[in-house]
Amino acid sequence: MTAAAGRAARPGRLTPALVSTGTITARNLRRLVRVPTLLVFATVQPVLFVLLFTYTFGGAIHVPGVAHYIDYLLPGIIVLAIGFGASQTGVAIAEDLTTGMIDRFRSLPIPGSAVLAGRVAADALRNLFVTGLMIAVGAAIGFRFHAGPAAALAAVAFAVATGVAFSWLNLLLGLAVRDPESAGLAGLFPVIILFFTSSALVPVATMPGWLQAFAKANPITVITSALRALCLGSPTARPAVEAVAWLAGLLAATIPAATARYRRAAGT
Amino acid sequence: MADAAIVAEGLGKRFGPVLALDGVDLELPAGGVLGLLGPNGAGKTTLVRILATLLKPDCGRARVAGFDVAQNPAAVRRVIGLSGQYAAVDPFLTGHENLVMIARLYGLSRGGARRRAGELIDQLGLAGPAGRLVRTYSGGMRRRLDVAAALLAAPPVLFLDEPTTGLDPGGRLELWHVLGQLAAGGASVLLSTQYIEEAERLATTIVIIGHGTVIASGPPDQLKAQAGGDRLELQAPPGQDPRLLAGALAGLGSAEPDVDEATSRVILPVADGAGILPAVAGRLAAAGLHVSALALRRPTLEEAFLALTSQPVHRTGSAR
Repeated sequence: MTAAAGRAARPGRLTPALVSTGTITARNLRRLVRVPTLLVFATVQPVLFVLLFTYTFGGAIHVPGVAHYIDYLLPGIIVLAIGFGASQTGVAIAEDLTTGMIDRFRSLPIPGSAVLAGRVAADALRNLFVTGLMIAVGAAIGFRFHAGPAAALAAVAFAVATGVAFSWLNLLLGLAVRDPESAGLAGLFPVIILFFTSSALVPVATMPGWLQAFAKANPITVITSALRALCLGSPTARPAVEAVAWLAGLLAATIPAATARYRRAAGT
Repeated sequence: MADAAIVAEGLGKRFGPVLALDGVDLELPAGGVLGLLGPNGAGKTTLVRILATLLKPDCGRARVAGFDVAQNPAAVRRVIGLSGQYAAVDPFLTGHENLVMIARLYGLSRGGARRRAGELIDQLGLAGPAGRLVRTYSGGMRRRLDVAAALLAAPPVLFLDEPTTGLDPGGRLELWHVLGQLAAGGASVLLSTQYIEEAERLATTIVIIGHGTVIASGPPDQLKAQAGGDRLELQAPPGQDPRLLAGALAGLGSAEPDVDEATSRVILPVADGAGILPAVAGRLAAAGLHVSALALRRPTLEEAFLALTSQPVHRTGSAR
């Protein structure tokens, strides 16, 4: 027993913060393939989104300047799938709170940020997979990148970055509401409302005037526009700057708030 | 200071209108086992969480292995193991994966973590289920895994918050066996429980708390004597008034007998246990009374509370 205490005290080769973040990431990746809801959110749902939206709306909606509806649609539903998936991050952290996992982690000699960062890192890997899966399914039914490989890579990176901001937001929500079911709803509800009032499915110009102002400022519109510009090869500078500003703002607000919440997570 | 595993002085904590801890003092010498005994809502979990650095006290100070829990929580976390009120293990990892994960978080190398996880799996009798997902475990197996996780870094100070709550009698016995070995191995343990028998069996010092204050503290024997010793329970046969039994036994025990009319039972506090039985038999024979059942048992927590609080001899730690 004393020998083990000696081992525990000796620092590893990597910095302890990196080892603990990697350990938490590995835990969450294991859960991702073992918890049925998480697996569905990462596989079945994104595929269904691509197929359902393409075949239900694809015949009726003709977007000026875009030959195939799926080229217009795919960026928006990638954002939708990532937004829905992120709700499970809030659920998971609230679960960890109620089951005492967070107590256990907080009693260990690791920085609190490792638990949150490990969560976000696992989400980022999941979102990389989800984005790739949706592009592959989309490509099978007609989706094409129109601006070359560099822009395509930038689009994937941007989708993953969007997921990082959503993950932090949902960590904050989960730590704030503390109940897994409420956390799930709190994560999904804004995404649903913002998605259907955005340019994800139809151009903003087709909406009634009163809705247009809201739809243009809607972060899902802003983020989708940037992603779409990267896919279609339309001018990217303005949508990219706006979207990056949104994501940066979201991260600047949620990272410190979620970290502070985690530190006080003891609460009750 | 250096030889005490845990020292707490005047710890207080309020949650809104609820005063969870109201000036708690306690001390656990290194190598001892402190049984923290109290009913639900007494403040046991709050106290454990403060000592394990999960919660900041509103007032008072506490040191664990010499480190101040409020000022140096990082140092405290390196010397403690915590098994909280709920078995905090991931149901979607195997038992082995759970232990390796926690060992890595304690800073063990990859190989060291696997070795140590294997040692504890053997020590806690989890070799069979170690490769299965924890969601398939029984409550007792989960609890043992949780205790194993708390032991991974061989911490000098262990906190176990109601480790046997929710276990069946078999699971409880298994865990008692493990905890007994730990104590024998020289670890300092704070064990919270609602069961007098558990505290008596494992602890070298018992602290009884209620409504956030220490009601009594001392070695098990001393507290047992204060609580009036064991209880002799006599069942009156159908049709016989239990008060007759109580009358016949008056003055025999360490306190006057209680009559439970609902169950027709008489409960007599007895200081010297089974030694009282010949005298009881004599009284009953002289009065021509019969009993349909007779049992000698430990006092329940409620009985001990009643005895201790109506007898304000050894009240300690109250800041009221």
